[in-house]
Amino acid sequence: MKRKQLSAMVALLSLATGAALAQQGKISDDVVKIGVLTDMSGLYADIGGPGAVIAAKMAVEDFGGKVLGKPVEVVSADHQNKADIAKTLATQWFDQDKVDMIIENLNSAVGLTVQGVGKDKNKITINTGAASSRLTNDDCAPATGIHWVYDTWMLANGTGKAVVKQGGDTWFFLTADYAFGHSLEKDTSEVVKANGGKVLGAVRHPLNTTDFSSFLLQAQASKAKIIGLANAGGDTVNSIKSANEFGITKSQTLAGLLIFITDIHSLGLPTTQGMYLTTGWYWDLNDDTRKFAKRFYERHKKMPSMSQAGVYSGITHYLKAIQTTGTDDTAVVMKKMHETPVNDMFAKNGKIREDGRMIHDVYLAQVKKPADSKYPWDYYKILQTIPADQAFKPLADSTCPAIKKP
Amino acid sequence: MTEIFGISVQALMGQLIIGLVNGSFYAILSLGLAVIFGMLNIINFAHGALYMMGAFLAWMLLNYAGIGYWPSLLIAPIAVGLFGIVIERSMLKWLYQLDHLYGLLLTFGLALILEGIFRNQYGVSGLPYEMPAAFSGAFNLGFMFLPKYRAWVVVASLLVCLGTWFVIERTKLGAYLRAGTENPKLVQAFGVNVPLMVTLTYGFGVALAGLAGVLAAPVYQVHPLMGSNIIIIVFAVVVIGGMGSILGSIVTGLALGLIEGLTKVFYPEASATVVFIIMAIILLVRPAGLFGREK
Repeated sequence: MKRKQLSAMVALLSLATGAALAQQGKISDDVVKIGVLTDMSGLYADIGGPGAVIAAKMAVEDFGGKVLGKPVEVVSADHQNKADIAKTLATQWFDQDKVDMIIENLNSAVGLTVQGVGKDKNKITINTGAASSRLTNDDCAPATGIHWVYDTWMLANGTGKAVVKQGGDTWFFLTADYAFGHSLEKDTSEVVKANGGKVLGAVRHPLNTTDFSSFLLQAQASKAKIIGLANAGGDTVNSIKSANEFGITKSQTLAGLLIFITDIHSLGLPTTQGMYLTTGWYWDLNDDTRKFAKRFYERHKKMPSMSQAGVYSGITHYLKAIQTTGTDDTAVVMKKMHETPVNDMFAKNGKIREDGRMIHDVYLAQVKKPADSKYPWDYYKILQTIPADQAFKPLADSTCPAIKKP
Repeated sequence: MTEIFGISVQALMGQLIIGLVNGSFYAILSLGLAVIFGMLNIINFAHGALYMMGAFLAWMLLNYAGIGYWPSLLIAPIAVGLFGIVIERSMLKWLYQLDHLYGLLLTFGLALILEGIFRNQYGVSGLPYEMPAAFSGAFNLGFMFLPKYRAWVVVASLLVCLGTWFVIERTKLGAYLRAGTENPKLVQAFGVNVPLMVTLTYGFGVALAGLAGVLAAPVYQVHPLMGSNIIIIVFAVVVIGGMGSILGSIVTGLALGLIEGLTKVFYPEASATVVFIIMAIILLVRPAGLFGREK
């Protein structure tokens, strides 16, 4: 038995060190190394995680595995949702392991940190997973950092505006009590008010709350038509579940402000039907997206999230820029990436703005009724395509210090 | 409408009832911990993972074997209990003579391994478990809708808690158990198989965790980390109630559920920490806990 325990321990240890070893490749400048820094096993692992690494590898394979005759390598590491760990990993990758670009970086705290490291080291970072619009505003790093998929402003604008227009003009917020939740609540409140709606109140709940029934009763007592969920992941899932159980969804409507397709998959359609959400990408948009999603599904057994699709798109755009310019020099590649429109299965005529925001069409969707869902993962009805120039915060309102206002 | 500190009485009543529901989960989990600590002197850190296992077993029974909620309520705890017995026989029994710390480390390690396995297999988004049809719907209490299922959780956990308390404190079997922990050699001399009794006690304690898991499955998402989210609070409950005190853990579990419910009304930001503030105060004033005896 002791031997069994021992072997279990050895197995665990090797798993732990495996992640560490994976970052150390041969040190050579004759290789383009792409680092996928993500949450591999925690709260957000289904949004980015191992699926993001698969998407990265697919992008490299589809590019032929080589750029300018030199091999392209993908390395990955688990930041465990901790900004300090992310900082250490990113620094080591850039300084010692000759990593040229870091992508994914989900969770706003991690995203801001890694973008800061990239700025200091003059290396490109592409964020596909984090929400905070600070990445391209107060904390922008336009010379090295790009925000690819979505942000809090876009989510608030998309869902908030649509819901108010449908008659949902009184709101109550269930807000995760940390920076991300606060900024999502603030952004959405502004949109609601600007469109003639009213905010009746908000309750701040601690991160990772298991039981939402108390908070939902308060939301119910407010008599607001719409309960805005300014939280993410497990917190959103639990809020929705309890709202159904307490019969709140019969008289009030939930608006999920940050919903991933994996959340819908996990909750099931009977619980989520009718909800509005804004998404940067959906696997079932057109033939291109479906083709990618099908290949992805074969490897991962799950449909890609918008963040995972963003990893594929970001890497492809990056490699194309290297191919065209003939160098992996940061400034040259960034310039090319800014100049070239993004055209792939993720975005049509996407454009990287001077504040680092990649703007592209986004989609207002409603979760389908179980009866309308015809095949596995058939979850969204796309109500509206929000054009790129309206989907994101206008450059004129940007608080990014690096760009000059006209 | 009558108001207390700006909160209507109706809203307050609703919150108190919800507090009671959450308190029921705390009570049933801390009861298992208290039984195990009282009888075996093991601080069972794997309790949360076994609670999670109970919920997952219910989910697997439903999705792989088509077995519904009611049979699961029996099968899953028994399976978790048997698993516990295997752990006790193969690992824990070597540790009784050693410091508490060894038992704690072993069970903590087990919890990490169990969680890792489920996380690897089922991801971290969680899985939905359908509410049993008999419980869909709610009672209209006038001031709030009380989902039928939540009412059932309170009733079920009170029954289980009181039953356990009765067996341990008021029956001959319970007397053997208590005597066996005080002086195992003497009790063995009377012809009682103490090691077997200890094994079964551990099995029963973790079966309670499994039962709580099945009860929780329809309410919360079946999630690999559901155990680690709740276990820290449950440990605080055990400490406040007094390590190893059966009645203490039941009463404290329910009371803390209520206090947490009130905090969610008056100062929601603190609802995750209020239990630990109370724990710190109790430890300062009564280090053995509210119902514990100092040795």
